[in-house]
Amino acid sequence: MPNDPLIPMIGVVTDVRRDTPDVKTFRVNALTGGKNFAHMPGQCAMLSIPGVGEAMFSITSSPTNTEYLEFSIKKCGCLTDWLHRLEAGAQLTIRGPYGNGFPVEGALLGQDLLFIAGGIGLAPLRSVINYVLDKRERYGKVDIVYGARSADDLVDLEEIRASWAHAPGVDVHLTIDRAQEGWEGNVGFVPNYVRELGFAPTATALVCGPPIMIKFVLGALAELGFARTQVYTTMELRMKCGVGKCGRCNIGSKYVCKDGPVFRMDQLDELPDEY
Amino acid sequence: MSLYAMDRARLGELYEALGALGRVYLPTRKNGASAFLPYGEEGSEADLSLLLCDKSPKDLFFPQSEELVKFRLTGAEIALQEAARQKEPFVLFGVKACDLQAIEVLDRVFLAEPVDSFYQSRREHATVVALACARPAESCFCTAFGIDPTSPQGPCDAVAWLTESALYLRPCTEKGETIVSCFAGFAPADEKEVAAQQAAARAVLGRLPYGQLDLSRFGEASDELALFDHPAWEELSAHCLGCGSCTFSCPTCQCYDIRDYDTGKGVLRFRCWDSCMYKDFTMMAHGTPRKTQKERFRQRFLHKLVYYPKNNGGLFSCVGCGRCVKKCPANLHMIRVAKALGGEPRAQ
Ligand code: SF4
Ligand code: SF4
Ligand code: FES
Repeated sequence: MPNDPLIPMIGVVTDVRRDTPDVKTFRVNALTGGKNFAHMPGQCAMLSIPGVGEAMFSITSSPTNTEYLEFSIKKCGCLTDWLHRLEAGAQLTIRGPYGNGFPVEGALLGQDLLFIAGGIGLAPLRSVINYVLDKRERYGKVDIVYGARSADDLVDLEEIRASWAHAPGVDVHLTIDRAQEGWEGNVGFVPNYVRELGFAPTATALVCGPPIMIKFVLGALAELGFARTQVYTTMELRMKCGVGKCGRCNIGSKYVCKDGPVFRMDQLDELPDEY
Repeated sequence: MSLYAMDRARLGELYEALGALGRVYLPTRKNGASAFLPYGEEGSEADLSLLLCDKSPKDLFFPQSEELVKFRLTGAEIALQEAARQKEPFVLFGVKACDLQAIEVLDRVFLAEPVDSFYQSRREHATVVALACARPAESCFCTAFGIDPTSPQGPCDAVAWLTESALYLRPCTEKGETIVSCFAGFAPADEKEVAAQQAAARAVLGRLPYGQLDLSRFGEASDELALFDHPAWEELSAHCLGCGSCTFSCPTCQCYDIRDYDTGKGVLRFRCWDSCMYKDFTMMAHGTPRKTQKERFRQRFLHKLVYYPKNNGGLFSCVGCGRCVKKCPANLHMIRVAKALGGEPRAQ
């Protein structure tokens, strides 16, 4: 381990999988094999290509995966363009884990869980879902609502169909924005689909996706009777240090890198509307 | 602890003697400006009677730019080498009460877990001597933050008083004692002259225009949302140029950037001061939550008066040094902001 939170470790990309036209999933190992560090679902890591840049990404793999860390990354800027060019065998730098993560060993224990994700928003939730499925008996019923622009934009569709859809006590509800040949699932936006499916407000909802989707999903959940204390989401702001010192990622008196990225909606309500 | 005194005319000898403890940084005039510079540099003049250096001593612990790590890239492989930490002891002499409190403010950021080892190594190697203020200026408002400039308190090893004829010194740590033992000119002294100076300075403090600034609406228990939504921000920020002069001259501003530089032989990762007043500070691929200068301006002041205190047991992260009061080209500053926000009733 390096002697300072800002000094990274070396990570080796051991596998690259193309999930959608603009999302790839990278498997990262330590130089000596195994994982660079342990984490909890919802936590993040700083990845960098020296000379290109460093940025925060949520860790997509579950802590129950003992072999490697995984990151699903959407191509959307300079660093992610470079990351998308990496092939197995390439090295990058990694430091973390950062943030609070979802309370999988706290408030979520014993609860029915409703996961709602849009597009790349599945990345942070995938870690929680796999954690919950690996410790199935600790949680109640699981519903997963996941939507994207098209069937091709659904990240990890294979895993969803092969594993999640068959797990005990799990219902998967997929939706895409517009009808498409060969698609037999639902067509429509995530917020509307949530409303149609009509979940009982006894569950705890974990919502991740584009800000506009989150906004409308929160509206739908409120209509269904969900209290703000039953809804969790993650925040994304520009970050540099990851440890609450560079002063960059605060919403009011909270630092997203340290106090977040996971917030319960009633906690967010107490903060200035600046995100 | 005991008080010592030495002849003011022998200050040069003291600085020489302090050299035994490491490099000595003193309030110094150079090229028409003042800063904490190493004693004895060509063309510079150490001057303990300076009220406040233009540049705060912040950069001795948190330099404007510093190397973190070097990468060597060969094919797919990355080798990294951490930058060296501070190894040489040094003496920082003549820190005023506000700047001393500012070190406390920075300590709570950089020394909180996970500890910033670069900052920590400099703090550990420093011997800090505070210096009481004899003649506070109009722009000073440290007293509004509960700071007593006539008797500096905080993370220092000794406190000094400079009078017409003498330098008084009261060590408060073991390191502070070594200052007395390394210079033969110190002799035990009584409090009389110090007390007289303090009384005179306190009389001046009582008359300072902003010394009693009302801060009761801010701090740990303040209404974060109401202050955030206060209508005054619009007008207060209207003339802010976003130049960052305020943040760069501020002894407590701690925001930094991390950047890479390709040296041709490898990549150097360094960190440098940044400013929340800059537009790209929070810019992401899909935009920024602080779209106009109003949001950025509000961030700087609410951080000092509300956010930091809420996270640090009520300690304000403005210390009333008045540097931003003097430096802002648009004449916007803490005093104006505090007055505008404090004077008006809560917006409904
Ligand atoms: S905000 Fe202004 S007065 Fe306060 S510590 Fe910073 S520079 Fe000094
Ligand atoms: S408040 Fe003044 S000094 Fe600070 S950025 Fe704005 S114009 Fe510059
Ligand atoms: S990323 Fe530096 S404070 Fe959060």
